Amino acid sequence: MAAPDAKAKTEAPAFRQFPAVPAIRSGATEGVRSYVANDKIQEAIGFPGKLADNWQETHDAVIAKMGDLLGKYRSLKVYMDACVHCGSCTDKCHYFIGTNDPKNMPVARQELMRSVYRRYFTPAGKMFPSLVGARDLSREVLDEWYTYFWQCSECRRCSVFCPYGIDTAEITMAGREILDHVGYGQKYSNEIIGKVHKIGNNLGLPGPALEDTLNGLEEDVKDDTGVDVKYPLDVHGAEVLLVTPSADFFAEPHIESLIGYGKVFHAAGISWTLSTKASEAGNFGMFIGNYDQLRKIALRVREAALELGVKRIVVGECGHAWRVAYAFWNTLTGIGAGANDPFAVELQKQLDPNYKQPSHICEVTWDLIQQGRLKFDKSANDSRIITFHDSCNVARASRMGDYPGGQFDIPRNIIKAVANNYFEMAPDTTREKTFCCGGGGCLLTDELIDIRVKGALPRMEALKNVVDEHGVNFMATICAICKAQFTKVLPYYGFNMRLVGGVHQLVSTAIQLGNEQ
Amino acid sequence: MTIFFAILFYVATAVFVLGLAFKIIDFARTPAPLSIPTTPAPTTSGGVALRMFREVVFFESLFKGSLWIWMFAAAFHFGLALVVVRHLRYFTEPVWFWVAFAQPFGMYAGFAMVAGLGGLWARRFLVERIRYISTPSDHLMLVLLLLIGLTGLGMKFLMHTDIVAVKAFFLGLLRFEILPLPDHPGLYLHLLLVAALMIVFPFSKLLHAPGVFFSPSRNQADNPREARHLAPWAAKLEKN
Repeated sequence: MAAPDAKAKTEAPAFRQFPAVPAIRSGATEGVRSYVANDKIQEAIGFPGKLADNWQETHDAVIAKMGDLLGKYRSLKVYMDACVHCGSCTDKCHYFIGTNDPKNMPVARQELMRSVYRRYFTPAGKMFPSLVGARDLSREVLDEWYTYFWQCSECRRCSVFCPYGIDTAEITMAGREILDHVGYGQKYSNEIIGKVHKIGNNLGLPGPALEDTLNGLEEDVKDDTGVDVKYPLDVHGAEVLLVTPSADFFAEPHIESLIGYGKVFHAAGISWTLSTKASEAGNFGMFIGNYDQLRKIALRVREAALELGVKRIVVGECGHAWRVAYAFWNTLTGIGAGANDPFAVELQKQLDPNYKQPSHICEVTWDLIQQGRLKFDKSANDSRIITFHDSCNVARASRMGDYPGGQFDIPRNIIKAVANNYFEMAPDTTREKTFCCGGGGCLLTDELIDIRVKGALPRMEALKNVVDEHGVNFMATICAICKAQFTKVLPYYGFNMRLVGGVHQLVSTAIQLGNEQ
Repeated sequence: MTIFFAILFYVATAVFVLGLAFKIIDFARTPAPLSIPTTPAPTTSGGVALRMFREVVFFESLFKGSLWIWMFAAAFHFGLALVVVRHLRYFTEPVWFWVAFAQPFGMYAGFAMVAGLGGLWARRFLVERIRYISTPSDHLMLVLLLLIGLTGLGMKFLMHTDIVAVKAFFLGLLRFEILPLPDHPGLYLHLLLVAALMIVFPFSKLLHAPGVFFSPSRNQADNPREARHLAPWAAKLEKN
C-alpha cells in the first residue's frame, strides 16, 4: 500500500473535455486510507479498542454482527439480495468519476460486502462460491472494507439511478458499524463522537469559549451595522432553540451564516438561543451507521430543549444534520408526533403546536420573507454572481416546506429574494442529481485529501462552466461539510477558496435590520 | 420422460412458491427502523403506490440512469410479460379472453425478449465497467433465459410440437393426473430450462422481483413530520 505521504502530491484531475465515463484503473485508490482509531478513542464510545489478536475471533465477530444487522435493517437485507449487476450506477459516483478506481463504482463497493453475504448467508454462495461471486472473509477482505467504506460519502446519488433503489449509503453504514464492532474504527469519526459527548460539539469548543466567540460576534456585528444583534447562549424561555453545526461558531465562511441567522431573528423580533449542551447539529452517529450513537447524540437536543423551555427547534445550515433532524429525530427522540415516553410527551406539550417538528433555518427565513417580515437591499449582493450547490443529504434524504422538492426551491427562493444575480449549474448536477462536494460522510479529514480532491471533480466541472459562462463568483450552499470541503479543495482546481459561502451569508449581506433610512 | 417432467414440474413449482414465500416473509418481517426514502419522495401512501407503479412498470430510475440498459431491460421484461401471458393458454380451459386477445402480440414479444437479452448480454462483454462487475452466474442467467426464448421461438417457427398434447399434459398436472408429453427434443429442452429457472429463482438475483417492493428507499412515504417510524427493537431502547 502507498505511504500516506502520497497526499503531498495530490493534484486535481484535469477537467474532462466531454463528460465521458472514465476507463477503469484497478487499485487506483487502494492506498488512500483513513487513519484507524486507537483504543482510547474506540473504548470511549463503547467499541472494542482493537482487532482481536486471533483472526478467527474477528472473523466470527464480523459474521455475527452482519447477521445481527441483516435482521435489524430491511434495507440491508433487501439490498444484499436484489442487485442484478445491471450497471446503471457504475458511472454515477463522484469518487469513481474522479479516481477511476472500479471499487468506487457503487455496485462494486456494495459487492465488497455482498460477496461475503453470499458466502455465509445464501445457499448458492455456500455451495457454488465462485459461480456467484462469493468469497470467504479474510483479513484482506476486511482491510478492503475499511479502505473503500471510508471512500464513500453516503451521498445516495447512486440510489437515485438504481432500479431497486439500492442505497450504497446503507451498505457503507452497515460496513462501518461492523468494523467498529470488531475494533476497526475510523479515527476522525469516532474521536469527534467522543468530543460531542464530552464537550457538547464536534470541534470540542467548551462553553466559555463559545460564550466568548458569541460576544465577539455581537461586537463585530455592532461595528458593522450599528445595531445590537444578539447571539444568545443558554437563555431560558427563549422562543427558538437554534441547533447549528459547531463550525458555524468559528470557521470561515460558516460564521457568516451564523451572523445571518441572528440578523433574521433580530429583524423578525423572534427571541432565540443557542445551547452549550446542544452546541452541535451534526450527528456523526449516522455516518458510522450506529443507531445507539445516532440516538444518544440526538437526545442531547431534546434535553437542551426541555431545559431551556423553548417553543420551537430550528436547525442551521448543515446537510446531514438536517437529514437526522427532519427524518430521524422523531423516531429517535420523539421530537415530533406520536412518541409516548415521558420526556417526549413533556416536550410535545412545551413546543408550539404549529412547530412540533424541527424547522430548517431556510424554512424560517422563507416563511418570514413570504409574510413580509424581512426587508432586503438586494443591491448589497450585486458584486456577487451566485450559483447554488445542493447538498446531498438535504437533496436526497430530506425535505423542506410542505411538498416534495421544497428542499430545492426554498434555498433558491431565498437567494433570489436577497440577490439579483443567480445562475443554475447544469441540471444533471443539481437537485436530486447533485454531486457530493467530495468530503461528506466523515471523509473530511486530511489524510483523505487525495480522494476528497478527486471526488470533487464533477462538481468542479459544473462550477467551471458557470464561472466561464456567467462569471459566477459565489457558490452558495447550506452544509458545513460542503463549506469546509470546498474551501480546502477549490484552490486545487484553480478557484479562489472564498468562492463558497452560505445562503444566510447572502441573507446577512442584504437584510435591513429595522433601521432602514 | 413424461413421468420425469411431471415430477420435475411439481418439484420446481414447490421450490419456486415456497422459496419465494420464505424470502417475501423474511423481507416483510425485517423491520425498517428509520425513514429513508430517496427524496424527493411522495408524502402519502397513494403517492408511494404511484411511485412503485412507475418503478415496476416503467423502470423509472433505470430510465434516469442509463438509456441503453433501460431499452434492453424494457424489451426483455415487457417481452417476457407478454410471453408469459401467452403461455397461460396452456393452463386454462377455456382460455381467458384477454389471454386469447394477447396471443398475436405474445408471439412477437418473444423476439423482443430475445433481442433484449442479447443486448444485455453484449453489454457484459463490451462495456468495461459492466464486464468488471459481472460474475459467471450473471452470464449463465442470461444464457438460461436466452435458451428458453430461443427454444420457444424454435417450436413456434421451425419445428412444431403437438401443443394440444402439451396443454393436455399441463392441465393434467393441475388435476394431479399424468398425461403423455409429446416426444420432442426442443420441447424437452425448453421445459427443462424453465424448470431450472423456477428452481434458481428464490436463490439468485432474480429476487430483485420481490425485492423492489420492499426497498425502503422506494416504498416509504416521506412523512416523518406526520408519522413516527419505530422498529420494535428500537422501541426497546426507550425503556432504558
